[in-house]
Amino acid sequence: MTQLPTHTDKKLGLVIDLDICVGCHACVVACKGWNDQGYGAPLSDQDPYGSNPAGTFLNRVHSYEITQENGPAQVVHFPKSCLHCDDAPCVTVCPTGASYKRSEDGIVLVNEDACIGCGLCAWACPYGAREMDQAAGIMKKCTLCVDRIYNENLPEIDREPACVRTCPTGARAFGDLSDPDSAVSRSVAERGGFDLMPELGTKPINQYLPPRAKGLGQDIDVLAPLLDIQPEPTGIVGWLDKLLGKP
Amino acid sequence: MHPAPSVIIFTVLSGLGFGLLTYLGLGAINPTGLAAFGFFTLAYGLAVGGLLASTLHLGNPKKALLAFTQWRTSWLSREAWLSVLALVLMGFYALGAIFFGTHMRLLGALGAALSIATVLSTSMIYAQLKTVPRWNQWPTPLLFLVFALSGGAILAAQPYIAFILLLITGIVLLLHWLNGDGRFAATGSTMETATGLGHIGKVRLLEPPHTGTNYLMKEMVYVVGRKHALRLRLIALSLAVVLPALILLAFPSSHFAIVVAILSHLVGAFAARWLFFAEAEHVVGLYYGKR
Ligand code: SF4
Ligand code: SF4
Ligand code: SF4
Repeated sequence: MTQLPTHTDKKLGLVIDLDICVGCHACVVACKGWNDQGYGAPLSDQDPYGSNPAGTFLNRVHSYEITQENGPAQVVHFPKSCLHCDDAPCVTVCPTGASYKRSEDGIVLVNEDACIGCGLCAWACPYGAREMDQAAGIMKKCTLCVDRIYNENLPEIDREPACVRTCPTGARAFGDLSDPDSAVSRSVAERGGFDLMPELGTKPINQYLPPRAKGLGQDIDVLAPLLDIQPEPTGIVGWLDKLLGKP
Repeated sequence: MHPAPSVIIFTVLSGLGFGLLTYLGLGAINPTGLAAFGFFTLAYGLAVGGLLASTLHLGNPKKALLAFTQWRTSWLSREAWLSVLALVLMGFYALGAIFFGTHMRLLGALGAALSIATVLSTSMIYAQLKTVPRWNQWPTPLLFLVFALSGGAILAAQPYIAFILLLITGIVLLLHWLNGDGRFAATGSTMETATGLGHIGKVRLLEPPHTGTNYLMKEMVYVVGRKHALRLRLIALSLAVVLPALILLAFPSSHFAIVVAILSHLVGAFAARWLFFAEAEHVVGLYYGKR
């Protein structure tokens, strides 16, 4: 059904902390690895070892540079997967009912048996979160690892999305954003989490936490720790000075 | 957006076919017998040929019948219904005209209305997308409509109606281009809103997520040179509107003139539709530093 549910019991999603993501792409690899083996058509690659490799991914990491008026430029690594929007335009455009949003937890999924590969949903998504698999001719997107989070065959610690589980810095957190007391909701409230492209009215569930401002208004001298120009040398340098009789 | 030939051919030809069906249904021309057979074959050839071409860009066409299920929300599904209804009703109308020499007025009018609705629903597939600001403007449905009606009028051998509609098509085409040029900026989407990092400073792409290309970039990040675009706009306007309008005005009763006019109009319409796709920018390009 491509009519959006009027209400979802939960709003499961991710909170991505742009302050601590180091751009290692581990989540990209973990996502591809997990989603290649279970749920639906595998994520194919085209010409993977050739000169022009391309392939299907459900999660990608961009890197941006932000130049400030006063202060140094800042690099932000920017992971992006489906934001499981509350007002998901990708769902309503689908002619077959393959795309749907679950009323129980808000996850946006594609029923691959019903998808005709028209690509309209990928056009409707502002975030580039849907990719047509070139081998299967079927639309692929982040499932929020629906086959992990409820999977009782997995040890409890693994019942979270592969990308969250694998992130070495903990930059991706998974939880229920409709519950104001959940850890994810609290971090959004504390850190000022924000929507991507709010002007398009998609009401994304996934939230992004801003990077801390760095070096604003202060001069950073990166060589300072290496310079030995203290008036009263201490430590080994001071001991050496004393030993060698320098004033 | 990637100007896929299958979609360009589909929208132009099926629009033309449904345009011709509109005139047949409204009784602007009332052919019977063999002449009716000729007209309806042409109209159905264009409309159905176009619809078939559109299935070529499906990744998984075996499930195409499911596209009839979601008419409540999806314009693509509505288009599927409206086109089939229009073709079926006009099919009965055609049978009457060809074999019995009668024109069932009410049926024809209904079929004409459904033909117009089909063209409008096609246009809404594009016009509804907020992610493609150049398409997301009210002249888009108008553009598809006037193209179908002016091309249909030429095919229906209505030189004066065609002349007027061609002039209107020219105006709507210009309106769509000029209004469209400012649409992206008007939405307010920038790399800063896309990343939410505008409060820190000016954002630029440092590293894309992958070294090669991907589906998104092939499908939605298509950059056409400004010079090319301007030249193509001139070609589209001249061939789709100006030339056929002049030909029809100069030789209103010549069959040969109608053939030349429709060929010129078709080439121009293809150029205009190519631009419709190629010039349209998708907001996802912002994540790739492309706009
Ligand atoms: S991020 Fe894109 S694919 Fe995911 S729900 Fe939102 S619009 Fe749909
Ligand atoms: S590509 Fe598949 S899921 Fe997407 S709109 Fe078309 S049928 Fe629906
Ligand atoms: S939640 Fe699962 S499917 Fe979605 S990006 Fe993370 S690993 Fe990939």
